[in-house]
Amino acid sequence: MSAILANTAVVTGTPSPARRRAGGGLWTAVRTNRKAMAGLIIFLIFAAMAAVPRLFTSVKNPNDAAQYASLAHPGSQHWLGTTQLGQDIYAQLIYGTRQSLVIALIAGFFATVLSVLIGVSAAYLGGIGDEALSLLTNVFLVLPTFPLIIVLATYAGKGNLLVVIIVLVVTGWSYGANQLRAQTLSLRNRDFLESARVRGERRSYIIVAELLPTMTSLIVANFLGAALYAVLTAAGLQFLGLGDPSSLSWGTMLYWSQNDGALQSGYPVWAIAPGICVALLGASFALLNYAFDEISNPALRPVRRIRVKRAHS
Amino acid sequence: MRYLLRRLGFFVLTLWAALTLNFFIPRMMPGSPLQALRDRTHNKLSPAALNSLLSQFGFDPHQNVAVQYVQYLKNMATGRWGISIGGSLGVPVRKLIGQALPWTLGLVGVTTVMAFLLGTVIGIVAGWKRGGLLDGIVPPVFVVTSALPYFWVALLMILLFASGTHALLPNDGNYTNGLTAGFSGHFIFDVLKHAILPGATILITAIGGWILTMRNNMITTLSEDYVRMGRAKGLSNRRIMYGYAARNAFLPNLSGFAMSLGFVISGAILVEYVFNYPGLGYMLYNATVNTDYPLLQALFMLITVAVLVAVLICDFVTFWLDPRARAKG
Repeated sequence: MSAILANTAVVTGTPSPARRRAGGGLWTAVRTNRKAMAGLIIFLIFAAMAAVPRLFTSVKNPNDAAQYASLAHPGSQHWLGTTQLGQDIYAQLIYGTRQSLVIALIAGFFATVLSVLIGVSAAYLGGIGDEALSLLTNVFLVLPTFPLIIVLATYAGKGNLLVVIIVLVVTGWSYGANQLRAQTLSLRNRDFLESARVRGERRSYIIVAELLPTMTSLIVANFLGAALYAVLTAAGLQFLGLGDPSSLSWGTMLYWSQNDGALQSGYPVWAIAPGICVALLGASFALLNYAFDEISNPALRPVRRIRVKRAHS
Repeated sequence: MRYLLRRLGFFVLTLWAALTLNFFIPRMMPGSPLQALRDRTHNKLSPAALNSLLSQFGFDPHQNVAVQYVQYLKNMATGRWGISIGGSLGVPVRKLIGQALPWTLGLVGVTTVMAFLLGTVIGIVAGWKRGGLLDGIVPPVFVVTSALPYFWVALLMILLFASGTHALLPNDGNYTNGLTAGFSGHFIFDVLKHAILPGATILITAIGGWILTMRNNMITTLSEDYVRMGRAKGLSNRRIMYGYAARNAFLPNLSGFAMSLGFVISGAILVEYVFNYPGLGYMLYNATVNTDYPLLQALFMLITVAVLVAVLICDFVTFWLDPRARAKG
């Protein structure tokens, strides 16, 4: 019973002070969480593929047409077969990692920055400023994002990578901003912020050095959520042919496989493999995201560990 | 009462903001409807005829923007949504939307409600039996399914069940071509058969989120004092599970459900696209590709109104269900 009581105390209690939370504590938390580790390992493998594709394949220009026989079935020569244009599918997968990953990370990063800026300042400003920023957030929250993205991506230059990223950021920040606003509101009047105020610290210092570090795990979770959203949405856009069809990414691979009827003509690997990569990268973000939920809310952690604790105490 | 008035104010403001955005986005984009229309009619219509066509949906390039804007708001409100200048040139937008709406409501609407109900029940059970078999499997599995790309699951479905010569299920459209629509058993069976794969796709990708949030809410609620109080009073597990914990854990999910109900109107674009399902999502995609401004504007307006109405209804329901919301207002 005491273990359960201790557990609830953690949930409702004050978050640990800034200096203990940031850095080391977070890493330990990730290391001891199985879901987080699984997500991290998948992510690192993809990161290696994106950084040094030559480690994984000997093909130099995976996008050049007619390098090999057209539509070869998977075999020892081409692990996953070749496309209609005679490109090696495995090599394309490896090289395609870079664009998908870059879109996810950059869009996720800027969406998170926007959420933090708007969410935290709304809560901190209060009054009319809060009302205005909250309204803005809520408007973006109820806008039909995917249709809007399709419209924007079509008209604002098909295939332009920058446009795709901007669109993902513009449509991806509102959910996080709402969460961060709520969290900031609940922290605003805590003692450690009050004491900083009494010390006469500037408001900007309090926000950056005192408030934000206590919200690290929420911010990281937001980043992961935004990155997941970016991966799936970008792949969907590219699948519809709204990316740059001549560049190489998992989404455009899916677009071409669909265009050339890979499923109907008996080359399912061509369509399935890039999708598995999108799903795996998405899963890695989702697993990390869920793990961060568990880290910031200990009650959600798998029961196993609680039992161990009880045996020790 | 103040709470409800505030929500009503929010409703009006958001609707206005979304409609305004809806007005300006197409006008800021490169390429004009006039040009698109000229291309579509292969230069056969005179400029005067084109202009009169355009003005029918409230787009008059020579008008003052402010006048256009007021006219646009008026048209949106009164249901004069103009005529399509896209793939089905000349057909009134209202008619087009009317044709696609039932299919989307039937497919996406039903699956959204199913995903929510099923997900909520599974989440309640998984959260209740902490450390049980279900609770061990549920989180990792559904974290992964909630990260699957919709359209890829759709492709997988086609590969598994609807390709080759011995296809189990159809993979294309809403019912077999040539069948007469009506309330005959044969027709209904055919429609259901066509809905299974797209429906399953939406269900698989949507259910994970509901399960996970419900489970997490449930666990957080179970550590509340009033649950312990219920236990101390010796209430039955069933009573605590549904009457005490689930009831409260359910509330935060309500607004999410309301929003996803609203977004039903926007269809499941990618799923409808893969399965050639003639719903609103597919229509929206086609309208975009064909620069069909009147259709696009009407669809966006409908989606926004649907989401906002759903959120508003959810606010009223919360007001009625949750005494705390009433006390605040």
